[in-house]
Amino acid sequence: MTDRDAIYILGISMTRFGKHPDLDTFDLGAEAATAALADGGVTMADVGVLAAGNLMGQGLGFGQGLQKQIGQTGIPVYNVSNACATGATALRTAIMALKAGECEIGLAVGVEKLAGAGLLAGGNRKEGDGTWSPKGRIGAIVATDGRIGTATMPGTFAQIGMEYLHQHAYGGAPFELFAKISEKNHSHSTLNPLAAYTKAMSLEQIMGDHMVAYPNTRPMCSANCDGAAAAVVVTGERLASMSDAQQRRAVKIAASVLTSDPWTDGCQVLPDVNTLTRSAATQAYEQAGVGPNDLDLVELHDCFATAELVHYDNLQLCEPGGAVDLFESGATWRDGRIPVNVSGGLQSKGHPISATGIANVWEVCHHLRGEAGDRQIEGARTGLAHVIGLGSACGVHILQAA
Amino acid sequence: MGTQIPIVDYLVLDPEPHLRVHECTACGARFFDRRNACASCSGTDFAPADLPAEGTVTAYTIVTFAAPGVEVPFVAAVLDCGGTKVQANLRDVTPDPDHVRLGMPVRLTTYSMGPDANGDEGVGFGFAPLEGALT
Ligand SMILES: [Zn+2]
Repeated sequence: MTDRDAIYILGISMTRFGKHPDLDTFDLGAEAATAALADGGVTMADVGVLAAGNLMGQGLGFGQGLQKQIGQTGIPVYNVSNACATGATALRTAIMALKAGECEIGLAVGVEKLAGAGLLAGGNRKEGDGTWSPKGRIGAIVATDGRIGTATMPGTFAQIGMEYLHQHAYGGAPFELFAKISEKNHSHSTLNPLAAYTKAMSLEQIMGDHMVAYPNTRPMCSANCDGAAAAVVVTGERLASMSDAQQRRAVKIAASVLTSDPWTDGCQVLPDVNTLTRSAATQAYEQAGVGPNDLDLVELHDCFATAELVHYDNLQLCEPGGAVDLFESGATWRDGRIPVNVSGGLQSKGHPISATGIANVWEVCHHLRGEAGDRQIEGARTGLAHVIGLGSACGVHILQAA
Repeated sequence: MGTQIPIVDYLVLDPEPHLRVHECTACGARFFDRRNACASCSGTDFAPADLPAEGTVTAYTIVTFAAPGVEVPFVAAVLDCGGTKVQANLRDVTPDPDHVRLGMPVRLTTYSMGPDANGDEGVGFGFAPLEGALT
């Protein structure tokens, strides 16, 4: 029975993640967008709003450029940018337009071309004029990254995981713990034909690979790749007038939340990815009227193996401080009590930044529709999709089968 | 011979090297950089506050890949110095997991970054393990 006051995912699609040397950003976006429209049984002529996300590629007017490839219908276009939460922000933008009553059907697209990109976002050292001249808000005489701690993503998230262990007096060997999380996600991706990597990796392989920022080796870092994902959203009222098949396959968006990081002590030296995620999850559970125990699966932002651990706690999948015990119990494997990242996660499925937020929703939707193929979580009714972007933004969506 | 120039303005060299923050006079939030207003309470009055030179390691990583010009591997850490979180590299420590531990006590140390064209000396800082830190 369609809830007329709710918003639904009507159609959703993602490209294979990986290397697409012959496709540009528009090709990938167009592939995902047209497939999502077809999946929902509608066309661009039905769409009243487009929200488009792309960070590294086309710069100005990516959404308008995409329209030129799939249909210039004169509708409003929102180009969104919100770090790794860009895709979730695009989806939320389309949802807000529907909730505001501006239109009945919206399209959200996220695309990134990242294959071959390095692991590092950190900048080069400044070339000075040969004198030690203080510059900027801290009067630095050189680029500080690497001299005063690290601001690179692998180093930052490594410390975030280690901080969790310190706070909760974990006594084991951190390297093996985090490598086991990566082993799980690489194992999961073997069932996902759209993943960038589909090979299982042994603990020995993961621990023996190149160390990037202890305790994260290369396979424990998100895989840079190309990819796109798109979702068509529809109001419950419009959905009620659609075909039985459309109504049956529609997935209810029980909660859509976006947060930024509030001031916490210490957040200026190590980004706090915990408080804003905890806040987003709390709001999402309230909006959806469900609790963490009602979830059948979770796709969370495992940009590094160390990040997955802290988000178990932030998403309240365990008691505060219980993330290590939760993982070691086997609960987050696909045959466990609360499967996490059955897609392979960012470490193995891949992380084309702006596509990720919608791709996580795509994965959950496919389980709720019973269309996830070999990796189907049987009887899944409720799932949660989470992304985080440093900067900082956190998107949480809770989805329910129709 | 010129003067000593700290790597950042929150490193104060005299009389003993230490870090100095901008403290919000309304709520006590502390900032290493100049702020237009307090991120915690939006207050606009700040006063300088000196941090203790000793702290403990609350998080660390050993960075193996870094931007050009940065020597690797190095140990990056977050420290608790009298209740204020500080970011710094660990110095005088072997960069492997057997020689760094969470909770390890450390102390501020400075080093020369060499002279510039005017003969002024750049001074960097890091934190070194206190004696017996690993035991
Ligand atoms: Zn304040």
